[in-house]
Amino acid sequence: MSSDKSGQAPAATQPLQFHVPKPASRPGEKPDFSHVVIPKAGSVARPPVDVDPKDIRDLAYSIIRVLDREGEAVGPWVPDLSHDDLIRGLRHMMTLRTFDGRMQMAQRQGKTSFYMQHTGEEAVSCAFRIALQPGDMNFPTYRQAGLLIAHDYPLVDMMCQIYSNERDPMKGRQLPVMYSSKEHGFFSISGNLATQYVQAVGWAMASAIKNDTRIAAAWIGDGSTAESDFHAALVFASTYKAPVVLNVVNNQWAISTFQGIARGGSGTFAARGLGFGIPALRVDGNDYLAVYAVAQWAIERARRNLGPTLVEYVTYRAGAHSTSDDPSAYRPKHESDDWPLGDPLIRLKQHLIAVGAWSEERHKQAEAEILATVIAAQKEAESFGTLHSGGKPSARDIFEDVYAELPPHLRRQRQQIGV
Amino acid sequence: MSRMTMIEAIRSAMDVAMGRDDDVVVFGEDVGFFGGVFRCTHGLQQKYGVSRCFDAPISEAGIVGTAIGMASYGLKPCIEIQFADYMYPAYDQIVSEAARLRYRSAGDFTCPLVIRMPTGGGIFGGQTHSQSPEALFTHVSGLKTIVPSNPYDAKGLLIAAIEDPDPVIFLEPKRLYNGPFDGHHERPVTAWSKHELAEVPEGHYTVPLGKAVTRREGSAVTILAYGTMVHVALAAAEDTGIDAEVIDLRTLVPLDLEAIVASVQKTGRCIVLHEATLTSGFGGELTALVQEHCFYHLEAPVMRVTGWDTPYPHAQEWDYFPGPARLGQALRDIMEAR
Repeated sequence: MSSDKSGQAPAATQPLQFHVPKPASRPGEKPDFSHVVIPKAGSVARPPVDVDPKDIRDLAYSIIRVLDREGEAVGPWVPDLSHDDLIRGLRHMMTLRTFDGRMQMAQRQGKTSFYMQHTGEEAVSCAFRIALQPGDMNFPTYRQAGLLIAHDYPLVDMMCQIYSNERDPMKGRQLPVMYSSKEHGFFSISGNLATQYVQAVGWAMASAIKNDTRIAAAWIGDGSTAESDFHAALVFASTYKAPVVLNVVNNQWAISTFQGIARGGSGTFAARGLGFGIPALRVDGNDYLAVYAVAQWAIERARRNLGPTLVEYVTYRAGAHSTSDDPSAYRPKHESDDWPLGDPLIRLKQHLIAVGAWSEERHKQAEAEILATVIAAQKEAESFGTLHSGGKPSARDIFEDVYAELPPHLRRQRQQIGV
Repeated sequence: MSRMTMIEAIRSAMDVAMGRDDDVVVFGEDVGFFGGVFRCTHGLQQKYGVSRCFDAPISEAGIVGTAIGMASYGLKPCIEIQFADYMYPAYDQIVSEAARLRYRSAGDFTCPLVIRMPTGGGIFGGQTHSQSPEALFTHVSGLKTIVPSNPYDAKGLLIAAIEDPDPVIFLEPKRLYNGPFDGHHERPVTAWSKHELAEVPEGHYTVPLGKAVTRREGSAVTILAYGTMVHVALAAAEDTGIDAEVIDLRTLVPLDLEAIVASVQKTGRCIVLHEATLTSGFGGELTALVQEHCFYHLEAPVMRVTGWDTPYPHAQEWDYFPGPARLGQALRDIMEAR
């Protein structure tokens, strides 16, 4: 019998067990969101923006909410937005959802190769955009087109990009939805995940180096926070107190992988910020007013040289990841119906009706107007071509913009293609 | 004019660029207060302040990623990766981001960025401080790749790189930092102070990207080289007495194909020389181009003399390094080939 030097038998050990987290429910099972703990609207305190981050560590584990179940705006986070502001916000979200519907259909009709919808997440980007100032820069992922729509970027230009047609601002080079508009504070979308997060921090550092007043906003999904770029971004943001808002959109699903795989044992994604000394807030991502209020708080911190803020938006990707995805293969078919934070459009609409600023009739009328606007934009965009028919970018465009000036080897290759 | 080492010339380039343009910022690991492990940024923080020259966390992806963000803002970052061997965590940022930003945004965003990194062996650095990864950059569209061989070029090329509107990879052969090493490791070290290409103007000048230079005129065979290998080529020509023409490519992308073709058409023979591993190395590209453009002038197959297809060894450094003896043998072989 073996024994250690002290003469005692070694303690019996259990065989090691490998742990792989599992979501609460899979196809065919009953949806279960009992793990999403939802505090009452209005119950989370609003600290001053110059608060010591270590005094608000609890905000990384709570959820800031403004709209209650009856559609009333309650508590210390109620933002200073007029009824007109909110109606405009509702129209932005309705436009985004209508746009998504038309472009999803256009992809199914073979007019483009690919599309990604925002269904259920419209409040996050639409409300955030309103809190920014001209000149601020977003480094978005592929699911923040609300940043463009809420900044009145032309729908026709977005569609021309999706169709890769002769008017495509990206000249046919990018996958659909990978927009870019410096003028609208929207950094070129990469398509690789998480790379833009640390770039946003660099942009913000540059703004501080130049004693500018502009700030940056970084965007990432729950799944991509596992990438090392995310962690590099937090180190640099923390070290240099970069004027940046670090947004994490937790929509529960990274294609087929539930958020627990990226989150691990940290409890929340917001909590990732705490070890870096970065104030971290969680907010109801389906509550337009709460998103705006938290965005405004974080943006003010950045603008006042108080450094970065990490914001986790708790939301739900109600649709598929993309047109190449079928969620019924990995989650219960009607899981979105059980999502406890509801639909951001319906919630804002309900609020506006509750305060007497909106009605079912006005909503129906707005829906019809928006649909007509989107269809008109689509007709115009299609007059410049779709992916497989009509006007398309020139083969010459393959060789432009690789460098500022065409180098000799690319000139030779362009001659070979005969353009 | 004064005699400078490669380190002093590189430092002078950044000093001149920072003095002329407030948008030039310099950062990297140990780059700020201390001035870099090779001292290339020594004194810059003191002169230009911590906002323009500062220490970075040990995160190559973070250094390159933030620099891309700064470049898209409008700054002109000139960043240091401490050794080219440490570049891999940043490779995604370099390949997928810096190199593509202008293209994918159709010119909406651009990335004027210089990434400096010490490259190559000969310093007993083992396999993590000796690599020559230039082919990993020349294979990427949207990047320019430079490898200087002397202080004068290093300064002029680095200023040109900083002023260039696109991302530039600037590979500094670390064995050349303090002297024109020709591969004769058994001989005493030569200092730059005795070399005419260490005569470096104090102020601003540029050496244009994409232009090769002939370091030795010859009629028997063309040696295509860059960085440390330029000096190895000159030594081998001297040692063998073979009248080799030595072309210092200086910029790998964009490449000075005209200079290469003119020389090989004249000599009819060509040896491609680099320290990096053989398979899929930049020498493969040079060989293919020479074959495409000079086939009917060639009197012998193009030869490649390179590092072996192994990791860079420590104790056996000089068995790995393609020094003057190996190149000399290749010169004799190519002259006998029919």
